[in-house]
Amino acid sequence: MSEILLRAQGLGVTYASARGEVKALEGLDAVLHQGEFLSVLGPSGCGKSTLLKIAAGLLNPSAGRITLAGKPISGPRPDVGIVFQQPTLLPWQSTLDNVLLPIRTLRRDRVRGRARALELLQLVGLETFANHYPGELSGGMQQRVGIARGLVHDPTLLLMDEPFAALDAMTREHMMLELQRIWMAAGKSIVFITHSIPEAVFLSDRIVVLSARPGRTIRDLAIDLPRPRTVATMGEARFNAICNDLRSLFTELVHFD
Amino acid sequence: MNERAKAIVYPLVTLFVLLAVWVVAIRVFKVPNFIVPAPEAVVASLRRGYVDGLFWKHFLFTLQSMVSGYALGCSLAFLLGCAFAESKTVERLFYPYVVALQSMPKVALAPLIIVWFGFELASKVVMVALVCFFPMFINTVVGLRQTNPALLDLMHAFSASRWEILLRIKIPSAAGHVFAGLQIAIVLGLIGAVVAEFVSSTRGLGHLINAAAVNLETDVMFAALISLSVLGVAGSLVIRMLHARIVFWDKGTATRTETAAE
Ligand SMILES: Nc1ncnc2c1ncn2[C@@H]1O[C@H](COP(=O)(O)OP(=O)(O)O)[C@@H](O)[C@H]1O
Ligand SMILES: [Mg+2]
Repeated sequence: MSEILLRAQGLGVTYASARGEVKALEGLDAVLHQGEFLSVLGPSGCGKSTLLKIAAGLLNPSAGRITLAGKPISGPRPDVGIVFQQPTLLPWQSTLDNVLLPIRTLRRDRVRGRARALELLQLVGLETFANHYPGELSGGMQQRVGIARGLVHDPTLLLMDEPFAALDAMTREHMMLELQRIWMAAGKSIVFITHSIPEAVFLSDRIVVLSARPGRTIRDLAIDLPRPRTVATMGEARFNAICNDLRSLFTELVHFD
Repeated sequence: MNERAKAIVYPLVTLFVLLAVWVVAIRVFKVPNFIVPAPEAVVASLRRGYVDGLFWKHFLFTLQSMVSGYALGCSLAFLLGCAFAESKTVERLFYPYVVALQSMPKVALAPLIIVWFGFELASKVVMVALVCFFPMFINTVVGLRQTNPALLDLMHAFSASRWEILLRIKIPSAAGHVFAGLQIAIVLGLIGAVVAEFVSSTRGLGHLINAAAVNLETDVMFAALISLSVLGVAGSLVIRMLHARIVFWDKGTATRTETAAE
């Protein structure tokens, strides 16, 4: 495998809340190699979103260390894209302007950014909604705007927090194929959080399974199904065997996110 | 009748009934004109005032002190509110005094303001600005502080500057609160203007009421009160319209800003 891009060692996060301290992560180890598609799978509330915020430089861990390309993460970086679990759109800006947000804040070329934004809106099936406001879109459509926004500045590392959770089955399948295509074409590295086992198996090179809160790595599984994977892949015996294997691992970890 | 027509006709019915009760009560109970004027006396007074032109200088004086004081007080409050919400240092420096001043009835300062700023327009503008300041200031600070933390995370993740976050995220997020503050300030500002005119003035609708009271000209007092209401209602309507247009994404607050005065 190629060199390590992201490395978390003994990562721990403790939130101070009104009802005392909450340990969200404890002693989490994980690596992401350059160009790899890594999924993080774990039960609800085990600290997956927390992990993503640390990787994005939005949150400092209380314990352990995390490095990006060998250097400790000290804050958000322009070459990292993020798709949040909630769509998190600006209600006073149009769909297109929402997608263009990183282009503005990162002072990128606006003309190229605009062309790219329109291309991405087409990809997520929202080209006719470019001038609509978020309040006029359904939850699933808003989430797709968030996905387009995460990709618009062409980040080399993409962090995605359950991006397809709010989508209907048809759209989800389409988006999975598109994401694979983008990833294969552009040589991006992706950390993909999901609660769907088939989704993780379909998309990933490797899956990290976290325990219930506080999250720790309990399984680190390479998926060596050949690429490009297609709809037919999901019917194959090996695909299903891997899914079942993971499912049995989860029978102990009760509720899912 | 459709909802729209009802919204216009029903209040007119109420008005008509009230006027009828007014006219009849005055005739039946033989209320003298210097206690309660007949509606026609009030109308006559309004006609004299605005057609012959005696009221205009009072109306325009109050309007002028209102508009200038409102603009001054609200814009200062907005700017200081931003500084206060953005900087812990500014907050620490001023917080106790803001609390102390907020709980003081500002109209009690009117005589002092007359002493400092004179009998003319300046003192009225200062008074209006002072009473407008606090509702606007508090609402700005609360609005800015209520910005959705997820939106802040989003902006940080995409390396936005502090200035961009304030302009693009926090101020639009606070817009609903800011307009509620503007709405309250209209009502309070008008109170401030009238109180300052009561204390000492040579012009203004408040002065007109005071002067008419000396001669028991209740019809003039009623006419001035109606003029003040028109000012207040017109101001509120303008703010409400701007609110609905500017904060178009927030249908909730735009229709819901009822004035909760101090
Ligand atoms: N800002 C916060 N303050 C206090 N507790 C938090 C905060 N954010 C998350 N938590 C808690 O930390 C745990 C992990 O949260 P999260 O990372 O969102 O989990 P997941 O994404 O896996 O569902 C949860 O129990 C959650 O309640
Ligand atoms: Mg989560």
